[in-house]
Amino acid sequence: MNIVVCIKQVPDTETKIQINSDGSGIVTEGIKYVVNPYDEYALEEGVRLKEKFGGEVTVISLGPERAKEAIRNCLAVGADKGIHLNDPSFEGSDSYVTAKILAKAISEIPFDIILTGKQGVDFDNSQVFAYLANFLNLPFVSVVMDLELSSDLKSVTAKREGEGGEKEMIQIPLPAIIAAQKDLNQPRYASLPGIMKAKKKEIKNLTLSDLDFSADEVGEKGSRVKVKNYSLPPERKAGQIIQGEDPTEVCEILVKLLREEAKII
Amino acid sequence: MDFKLTEDQRMIKEEAKKFAQKRLAPLAQEFDEKEEIPKEIYKELSELGYMGMMLPEKYGGSNLDFISYILVMEEFAKACAALEISLSVHNSLVCDAIFQFGTEKQKEKYLPKLAKGEWIGAYSLTEPSAGTDAGSLKTTALLNKDYYLINGTKSFVTNGGIADLFVFFALTNPEAKSKGISCLLVEKNVESLNIGAKEKKMGIRGSDTRELSFEDCKIPKENLLGEQNHGLRIALTLLDSGRIGVGAQSVGIAQAALDEALEYSKQRVQFGQPICNFQAIQFKLADMATQIDAARLLVYRAAHLKSKNIRCSVEASMAKVFASEVANMVVNEAVQIHGGYGYMKEYAVERYFRDARVTEIYEGTSEAQRIVISKGLLK
Repeated sequence: MNIVVCIKQVPDTETKIQINSDGSGIVTEGIKYVVNPYDEYALEEGVRLKEKFGGEVTVISLGPERAKEAIRNCLAVGADKGIHLNDPSFEGSDSYVTAKILAKAISEIPFDIILTGKQGVDFDNSQVFAYLANFLNLPFVSVVMDLELSSDLKSVTAKREGEGGEKEMIQIPLPAIIAAQKDLNQPRYASLPGIMKAKKKEIKNLTLSDLDFSADEVGEKGSRVKVKNYSLPPERKAGQIIQGEDPTEVCEILVKLLREEAKII
Repeated sequence: MDFKLTEDQRMIKEEAKKFAQKRLAPLAQEFDEKEEIPKEIYKELSELGYMGMMLPEKYGGSNLDFISYILVMEEFAKACAALEISLSVHNSLVCDAIFQFGTEKQKEKYLPKLAKGEWIGAYSLTEPSAGTDAGSLKTTALLNKDYYLINGTKSFVTNGGIADLFVFFALTNPEAKSKGISCLLVEKNVESLNIGAKEKKMGIRGSDTRELSFEDCKIPKENLLGEQNHGLRIALTLLDSGRIGVGAQSVGIAQAALDEALEYSKQRVQFGQPICNFQAIQFKLADMATQIDAARLLVYRAAHLKSKNIRCSVEASMAKVFASEVANMVVNEAVQIHGGYGYMKEYAVERYFRDARVTEIYEGTSEAQRIVISKGLLK
């Protein structure tokens, strides 16, 4: 079974994000990067499928040079090969372009199932898997909490979480795309021998010309979403404590505030 | 001069940190209270390759270099110093002793079991009346045709109650004193080995410390490790890595205490503002951070020499004595920054304070380290 896992390197979830002085991006200095947590569930599922049905897990990631480290981490956990879509012109690609580049690279390798996280925790767009399905003309299920392959390996049954929290069971034929939710499994830790072996595994570097794109099809130029500027969300105001001895009096003030200031009653 | 870790070392440190923080740190208080680390934890550690860290793949090990091993120890100590010392003894004293001094037969017999965590190792040198003065051992192991007959008592044996194999020192030639010490491999289930009750300790309480007593206990002749009467050399060789390991443990405990104190100082409000706004607290934090960094650099320097197989007894002693004293200064200040809360068991610094104390005592007291260092100066 050929399993492809798409991963993204993102700032560690504990990073305190700061906006740069002209609002054109975030301050990247000092940021620690990790494998997107949702992608870890996708990877774990991929490695489990390999362990159960045999085959190979290929991890693919679009990102700058530092993203190699994230790929290497996935190889340490049990992926067999890595593909790094790495070209300066890819920088600034939106979800649409990212999916386009991923689709091109994936279409050139054999695959039975493609696993991704349900969203990247950096931009939280939650779009790449759907675009990818479109480009590759494949069915997909997103926000998957449970996954089961049919015994003939021709289809998968996926349990997904719907908008209102309801659970849906969806069966689709393979090859297909599955976007993982966090309950899908419990990702393993990389073992020390796994880390030591990771450096011997191949990471293929693919550039703009390897994938036959022109520079204006990718990056900011090819993107449909233009980011005008970044700003932090406004700070939440501190809560207000109503002082007073008499409960009736306090309640009257509270009702007045809820009606006139908060305007919720 | 290059202070950068290799890519492997960085990854190993990060992964050890992830495991230690997510899996061990939340349990550390429980290990401390129950004075026990459950077997399942060792099983998990084995599956991830932490029980044979520096052994070659051939014996089921993870083939780490010494610096990587030290990085793991530092991260583990940050989360749980008790587990760290247990692992440190197993890896750097037991596995390494057999790997360095064992015959191929001994290696094949013991190393895969130890690396897979099927067996846990302990190291037994100290006696009730032979601590720093290792030359005054009283336990005897007298060769009698095809076995050694052991009599005596060993104290403060880390992993004593959970170990399956003891790297054990005794006099094979009592008249020759320190030139008559040999190292033997003693399996747990041997007859006439009595493993005492668990010691009640001030700190690192999760680690299992026991007394061992031998009464006419017979150990097969082939369990001699290295050459007869040359045991002291083994003990001394292992000391360096043990000391660098305690240095790493000290740095880990100190860093954990600083992290807690820093966070607390941002949350704790007195006189209408977080206490980190006060210079009295800021200067404490600055000193703690600086001292920890200096200690870490000494530990890494010694680890670097060790990994290159360069003699480093003085450097290992410097790292050990400095880091352990820094750890005790830092945990003391961390409790001070916490005020009354720091004296309460709900706060992790209370445990760090107790855990740090032993770092100035075991693997050679601070005084013993100073003897090594001054001997290096005066020779």
